[in-house]
Amino acid sequence: MEIIRIKNLTKRFPMGKGEFTALRDINLEFGTGEFAGLIGPSGSGKTTLLNIVGSLDVPSEGEVFVLGKSIGNLSSREAAQLRKKNMGFIFQSYNLLQVHTVFENVEFPLLLLKYNATERKKMVMDALEWVGLTDKEKSKPPQLSGGECQRVAIARAMVKRPSLVLADEPTANLDAKNSHHILQTMEKLNRELKTTFLFATHDDKVINYLHRKIYLLDGRVDNEEIVEHSQIIQS
Amino acid sequence: MIRFLIKGLFRDKSRSRLPIIVVAIGVMLTVFLHAYITGFMGDTIEMNARFSNGHVKVMTRAYAENMDQNPNDLALLDVQNLKIELQQLFPDMRWAERIQFGGLVDVPDEEGNTRAQGPAIGLGLDLLSPDTKEIQRLNLEGSLVRGNLPARPGEVLASDIFSQRLGIKPGDPITLIGSTMEGGLSIHNFIVAGTLSFGVEVMDRGTVIADIEDVRLALDMYDAAGEVIGFFPDGFYDDHLAKKVSGVFNSIYDAEAGEFMPVMKSLSEQGTMGTYVQLAKVWSWYITLVFVIAMSLVLWNAGLLGGLRRYGEIGVRLAMGEEKGHVYRSMIWESVFVGLVGSLLGTTLGLTIAAYIQVHGIDISGMMEGASLMMPSEIRTRITPMDYYIGFFPGLLSTVTGTMLAGIGIYKRQTARLFKELEA
Repeated sequence: MEIIRIKNLTKRFPMGKGEFTALRDINLEFGTGEFAGLIGPSGSGKTTLLNIVGSLDVPSEGEVFVLGKSIGNLSSREAAQLRKKNMGFIFQSYNLLQVHTVFENVEFPLLLLKYNATERKKMVMDALEWVGLTDKEKSKPPQLSGGECQRVAIARAMVKRPSLVLADEPTANLDAKNSHHILQTMEKLNRELKTTFLFATHDDKVINYLHRKIYLLDGRVDNEEIVEHSQIIQS
Repeated sequence: MIRFLIKGLFRDKSRSRLPIIVVAIGVMLTVFLHAYITGFMGDTIEMNARFSNGHVKVMTRAYAENMDQNPNDLALLDVQNLKIELQQLFPDMRWAERIQFGGLVDVPDEEGNTRAQGPAIGLGLDLLSPDTKEIQRLNLEGSLVRGNLPARPGEVLASDIFSQRLGIKPGDPITLIGSTMEGGLSIHNFIVAGTLSFGVEVMDRGTVIADIEDVRLALDMYDAAGEVIGFFPDGFYDDHLAKKVSGVFNSIYDAEAGEFMPVMKSLSEQGTMGTYVQLAKVWSWYITLVFVIAMSLVLWNAGLLGGLRRYGEIGVRLAMGEEKGHVYRSMIWESVFVGLVGSLLGTTLGLTIAAYIQVHGIDISGMMEGASLMMPSEIRTRITPMDYYIGFFPGLLSTVTGTMLAGIGIYKRQTARLFKELEA
């Protein structure tokens, strides 16, 4: 099933008196259960593309469909609904709510979706189990390590079982051991829940785990590579 | 969801405790300053009212024209009947006869020769009637330094500083040399019953207070009084009401009937008191307004910064799919809570401090030495109904307005831009 369809996407930002083109004529499609990444150096347009797919920004030209909805035509409320029901976000700096416990951080998306307390409790504990943090449910983010924080962020993104998870440089603040742990967790969730993962990264550790690699350069798709499953295992 | 937000609010001290403290301090200062200004300005007016002007004063028209000189030759006659009429016309008001006079106080030695002399301001008022309010009105009992209040005719009170200068003490005889109502020489002996400290520099310098019947006897003023002063029952001057009362009285006592007909003047119509009343009103409003605006700006900014500081958290909440309107409304409700709690706390604190100073006062006598104005030597706040709500303008309105302005950023900025700020 098609999750994302990008057609002739161009994105420009005002810059001084003129404009800066961040993305040019992008055409891509992503299906259910993909584990794909936008790869490129800083300024290549990968975060901009991720923001548009995440309905946080809109195209200047072309069209982006996410779960059949045209991002450019969504109102602010419709975009929020799309994110609330179907998308999870993982950030480079975790962005957990510091005064809330691990349980409460993971529970937050479910509160927005108005699940009842019993359902929430079960779903949060399931999500914490996926990331191996059931014993930390009462801890607060300042009491956790960087790796644990990112695992909480993954649990928060996955708890509502979204169709799509967008991860922007998720391992940038982690050491190699924690990065691998995080990526293995995400890959496992991708395999078991058939959730589509789309990364923006230039980290080799992440790139090695990707099943589909889209290389961006100066706002254009420069190259695309599909990796066979056996190659990933070997890697 | 509401529980989640409340938990966040209470746990995040920089979101709840700190803003509440800032708002409470601002509100406390606003409430206290308003009570202080009202008290200080009002004290001076009330002091002048109690000692000299009354809230309204009845005199003859001729006396009124030369009021500064206290011309007792132009005093009111048939005062007892006039008081009865005043009581009937304005039954809620309290009326008191007064005679103000000047004279020389002579202190004799054992042989009757002059030991010391000094000029004095004399005040004749009702000290001996069983139902007199004058002792309470002028706080004579509280001002007593040595001796007692007069208990029988022929006894007087003298200001303590004055009595020390003349070397007299309670029980000593003094002679008052002055002029009668008809302009003749008056010499009358008194016994000093006690000495007073008025707390008003002008009066402490040389005042003698005697029972009005004694003064009438000394100055040949049978059933006469220089003035009859009236006070509102709540004890506070109300310029609008005073002018209304004097208007009613003066419309009954026609001006054309002669210069010895009584006329009533409100406190603000007497000498320079009008300017002071106006000045007090204007300054009180002006200072309060400036302070309220200043505090509003401070708390507005606090609300604004509080909102801006939370862009990161807002970015996360938007990413999770919370709607902008919901985020904005929750911010407003939080600021309403912070503003309300801070305002209640600040108002309570401000009123508590103001109430303490209203009862105990702050002694500023050291600053009043040599003053020629009748001003209190103790500063007292005065709590008015306005003090119960004035703090809510900066406390609640400004905090909420600041947050609303900061929150507008949520609408104006693109979500992706908020994200950039969040990542930063």
